[in-house]
Amino acid sequence: MLTTNQDRVNALLIPIFSILLGFIFGAVLMLFFGYNPILAYQAMLMGVFNSPYFMGEALRQATVLTFAGLGFAIAFKAGFFNIGVAGQLLAGWVAAIWVALSLPDLPRVLLLTLSIGAAVIAGAIWAGIAGALRAYFGTSEVIVTIMLNYTALHLTNYIIRNVLATGNTTERVGENASLRVEWLAQLTQNSRVNMGLFMAIIVVILYWVFMTQMTAGFEVRAVGLNPDASTYAGMSAKRNIILSMLISGGLAGMGGAIHGLGTFGNIFTQSGLPSVGFNGIAVALLGLGNPIGIFFSSILFGVLDVGAGFMPNRAGVPDEMADIVIAAIIFFVGANYIIRLLLNKIKLNKTVEEGGE
Amino acid sequence: MVQTEIVIEMKGITKKFGEFKANDNISLNVKKGEIHALLGENGAGKSTLMNILSGLLEPTSGEIYVNGKKENIDSPDKANQLRIGMVHQHFMLVDKFTVAENIMLGKEKHRYGFMDEKGAEKDVKELSERYGLTVDPSARIEDISVGMQQRAEILKTLFRGADILIFDEPTGVLTPQEINELMDIMKKLTDEGKSIILITHKLDEIKKVADRCTVIRRGKSIDTVDVKSTSQQQLADMMVGRSVTFKVEKEPAQPKEPVLEIKNLTVKESRGLDAVKGIDLQVKAGEILGIAGVDGNGQSELIQAITGLTKVESGTIKLNGKDVTGKKPREITETGLGHIPEDRHRHGLVLPMKLEENLSLQQYYKKPFSKNGFLNHKEIKKHAKKLIEEFDVRTQSGESTAASLSGGNQQKAIIAREIHRNPAMLIAAQPTRGLDVGAIEYIHKRLIEQRDNGKAVLLMSYELDEVMNVSDRIAVMYDGKIIAIVNANETTENELGLLMAGVPLEKAKQELTGEDRKERETVAND
Amino acid sequence: MSKMKLRSLLAIGSSAFVLAACQGQDASDPAVEDPATDEETGTDAGEDAGEDTEAVDFSIAMITDEGGVDDRSFNQSAWEGMQAWGEEHGLSEGDGYAYYQSNDSADFVPNLNQALAEDNDIIYGIGFQLLNSINDVADQNPEQYFGIVDDISDRDNVVSLTFRDHEAAFLAGVAAAETTETGRVGFIGGIAGPVIDRFETGFTAGVAHVDESIEVDVQYAESFTDAGIGQQVAAGMYAAGADVVYHAAGAVGNGVFTEARNRMESDADAQLWVIGVDRDQEEEGEYDGGNLTLTSTIKAVGSSISQSANLTMDEGFPGGENIAYGLEEEGVDLVQGNMADEAWSSVQDARQGIVDGDIEVPEFSYSE
Repeated sequence: MLTTNQDRVNALLIPIFSILLGFIFGAVLMLFFGYNPILAYQAMLMGVFNSPYFMGEALRQATVLTFAGLGFAIAFKAGFFNIGVAGQLLAGWVAAIWVALSLPDLPRVLLLTLSIGAAVIAGAIWAGIAGALRAYFGTSEVIVTIMLNYTALHLTNYIIRNVLATGNTTERVGENASLRVEWLAQLTQNSRVNMGLFMAIIVVILYWVFMTQMTAGFEVRAVGLNPDASTYAGMSAKRNIILSMLISGGLAGMGGAIHGLGTFGNIFTQSGLPSVGFNGIAVALLGLGNPIGIFFSSILFGVLDVGAGFMPNRAGVPDEMADIVIAAIIFFVGANYIIRLLLNKIKLNKTVEEGGE
Repeated sequence: MVQTEIVIEMKGITKKFGEFKANDNISLNVKKGEIHALLGENGAGKSTLMNILSGLLEPTSGEIYVNGKKENIDSPDKANQLRIGMVHQHFMLVDKFTVAENIMLGKEKHRYGFMDEKGAEKDVKELSERYGLTVDPSARIEDISVGMQQRAEILKTLFRGADILIFDEPTGVLTPQEINELMDIMKKLTDEGKSIILITHKLDEIKKVADRCTVIRRGKSIDTVDVKSTSQQQLADMMVGRSVTFKVEKEPAQPKEPVLEIKNLTVKESRGLDAVKGIDLQVKAGEILGIAGVDGNGQSELIQAITGLTKVESGTIKLNGKDVTGKKPREITETGLGHIPEDRHRHGLVLPMKLEENLSLQQYYKKPFSKNGFLNHKEIKKHAKKLIEEFDVRTQSGESTAASLSGGNQQKAIIAREIHRNPAMLIAAQPTRGLDVGAIEYIHKRLIEQRDNGKAVLLMSYELDEVMNVSDRIAVMYDGKIIAIVNANETTENELGLLMAGVPLEKAKQELTGEDRKERETVAND
Repeated sequence: MSKMKLRSLLAIGSSAFVLAACQGQDASDPAVEDPATDEETGTDAGEDAGEDTEAVDFSIAMITDEGGVDDRSFNQSAWEGMQAWGEEHGLSEGDGYAYYQSNDSADFVPNLNQALAEDNDIIYGIGFQLLNSINDVADQNPEQYFGIVDDISDRDNVVSLTFRDHEAAFLAGVAAAETTETGRVGFIGGIAGPVIDRFETGFTAGVAHVDESIEVDVQYAESFTDAGIGQQVAAGMYAAGADVVYHAAGAVGNGVFTEARNRMESDADAQLWVIGVDRDQEEEGEYDGGNLTLTSTIKAVGSSISQSANLTMDEGFPGGENIAYGLEEEGVDLVQGNMADEAWSSVQDARQGIVDGDIEVPEFSYSE
């Protein structure tokens, strides 16, 4: 029987152990292949933290990851595995650019609101399809969202080519649709970190408020943990399925808008789904569904992602190594049973020792 | 006296979870060929002790001797090697597999690298014949009754060569007939030289089969007694630590206006067959109506229809004079219904959530628990604290998860939540399932208290004793219909038994008097 | 998640492979610490470049597109070109030439900035996807030289290296038309867009140049990476009666080769051909009974990079210029491969015609 305090400690220890083990695993692998892991990690971390520009880029990456992660997390809390974050993000991205390109002359505040709003709606619809199918027909949301990912990919490419542009890349959106914040860009030597960062922080707080302080969040949690008991207590499982999927997709869509308006300023045909959508799932798992955890996981992943680029040229280590570290971290999060066991063993030994005295 | 061999000796077992001592210096010895009962309230530490014996938990301190040899049982495998087997309360069976497949699971019989299913079925058959455990080895688990599933579970342990069998609350899910059969099986097993540890809190079972009984209370062993020379009352007092009343004390009911009126209700079950077939029923304020019947005769569906969880095919349900047919669960709840569901884990609680959250699961959306969609955690905590105190829910704090509570305390939490809202109509389905005497007594008192406060109570239970003791009137359900409604103080166990088997009331009365006559005749003939 | 996992798996697999390979090299000469003195390069440089042993003080870098440096086509040929250039000038990887791999389009700009921070003289973006990023970074760093392959930048500090792929594709069309026996050929494009449209337009025109009645089945995989889709599309084309399929779809083409090989091996009478792209894909066409790569269109991305680097060293940076490589400049070409002599001579005629200007090859199928 675990007390809540222990639970809380474990909730923090598990990701930290996972991260440590991930790095250790990567280091062992590097040693095995004759690389210097200290040099590699140094290149990765110094590369990012010695340069305001790359710190900015890591934060920019973290911004989008936070949205994707929160999007995945809320559906996960309600008991769904929303594999479609990437597709919903793409839907939001194209919607935001579309609006920004269609209404180039609106004032900035209005245009940004409309663009991001459209992105949220687009993402929400995309996820809502899966939610509604699940609620009313019991179709697996995993399969539906996977399929919708591809639909989103090809539909987006079609829209870009036939509606928004003639080639593979749309025009840039105007200044008034850009999320660029001058002082922030200056501070980070012209990195693309943008207003989205502040939006992410606000959304993290809103997410926390929603889940812990609001009745609607209470319902989502209850339905996710035990749909039967929630139904008995008069909650509507259907309503909550759809609601959580709408929010999930909306968050992913907002991430897409920030990716589009903040990172790129346009949209171009994609050969695959944006990897940030899938990494968002990883971030949510590492953050164990806690919004603040997700935010910090996103920053870690942002640093790993951007820092990885320094490994080949500064340490002679392939940047795929960073992917391996990320994969290992996720593996250890998934295998948190092992870590729990480890933690329990440590604790057990301690209590036995204490008991012996 | 013959020196009987001691097969298991546990000495000074202590198990700590953090600061909490689940087992505190418990000692226990089991003789060869005996049925040794382990009696204790829920949460007393019986399961912890047996989990230590079966290698699932390691003791903090203490020693275990098996056949006189000190052993360190650090894994279930080790327990297996020592021929200790556990028949779990929640069966560890794969639904889609056959009985034989389940029994050999993990110990598959091979023949040139292929699964030898025929051979396994033969082995299982032999084994089941030897101990009178009749079960069809080729039947799938999902297709057989709970009693049969339990036999498969027992066979599984025997198949693994167990000589010491631990039965964890084995009768909780069984019908009276099945319980009797199980008792016979247990006796047969001990005749064959097996030893049995029976974890239970049912005193009559102990009286029926056990040779000795060790009583555990709050983690400590109180005493080991010879069952024959100890009365049920003594056992109960030892277990609870105070004097317990068995007979439910209650004044005669004073029924008033009907609160629940059901007319010609038909409900389908999940597979689309009629489960409730045109029922008329009234429950009045100030009375407890019991619903008796064998599991699966439409009781669950009837309750789900009343509570709005299942679609009503036809007929009407009126609550407090309001037609609630086909209304949403929340609307019905608001009309004045409290519901203690049959399966508290699945339907009653959100186990991973905090106890305090569970306690406001029916009211979180209302003032003062929330305002404008925002929860008021302070009020929720206050409310929880009040209920925990008032209903004596034993927990570390309101912030503990519902899952961390013992079964009895989980049930108390649900009852607290439902009764506290003071509903005009309270439905209690199997409210004491799996609970110990102390908790049962408490819950029965609460139900009667509701009645005496002028509320209507509908009690559905498969335990005949419970229905007879607590109810004022008893409706017997058979095959989706109410076959008879009798007054609790005018009926007998035998009469109810016949009704539950589908014998109409008139015929049941005749048969009972006839039996009497026959008995008299046989006596006369002798 | 699935992609993430897959990527990581691939990463593990491929890096294990790469690492093993590297280790092998190291093992042969454990004393070598700095790859700069790697024996192979050392001897090569020592012998061939005996005169200019002094390594030049000039460095170049490339940013890959999402395909990565080991994509067996576009990025890889660019990198091979840079390696050859480095060897030629006595330079070593990481000290004279380097690549920065992009795993996602969001990596383009940080990679460019990384290359910037490492003080490279020219930074090349490989592929049209990098155009916007190159332009942005070029604007922010007006003193730095950049190059963009396969697209045209209007910035003064960027040189554009483009290829008249349609000319080579035209020759591929001629080869296909001369070879087909069913009167039906196929074209599989990667992601639709101007670059691949050049291939499609050229190919279709080349086929029509030989025989207008030959049908061309055009389909797009909407991917440059998914071999499964390539196989699927190819299966449809072969089933519909096409016997020569030209792919301009990067790694998708691997699936086309697989499908053709399967069909040839299971049916002795079948005679199917694949036309490769960007580099000579002869080895991809090997099967039990011979080779089914009819020919390949060649795109000299690598030499375009080294040429422009040399040009900058010798004469100064051709900023703002668009250097277009066609058949005439040998920037694109078609190999003979397994073509029959008859077809080959027809190709050579067409080649001459294009170089001489007698044949005008259309570039795009749509008007911009």
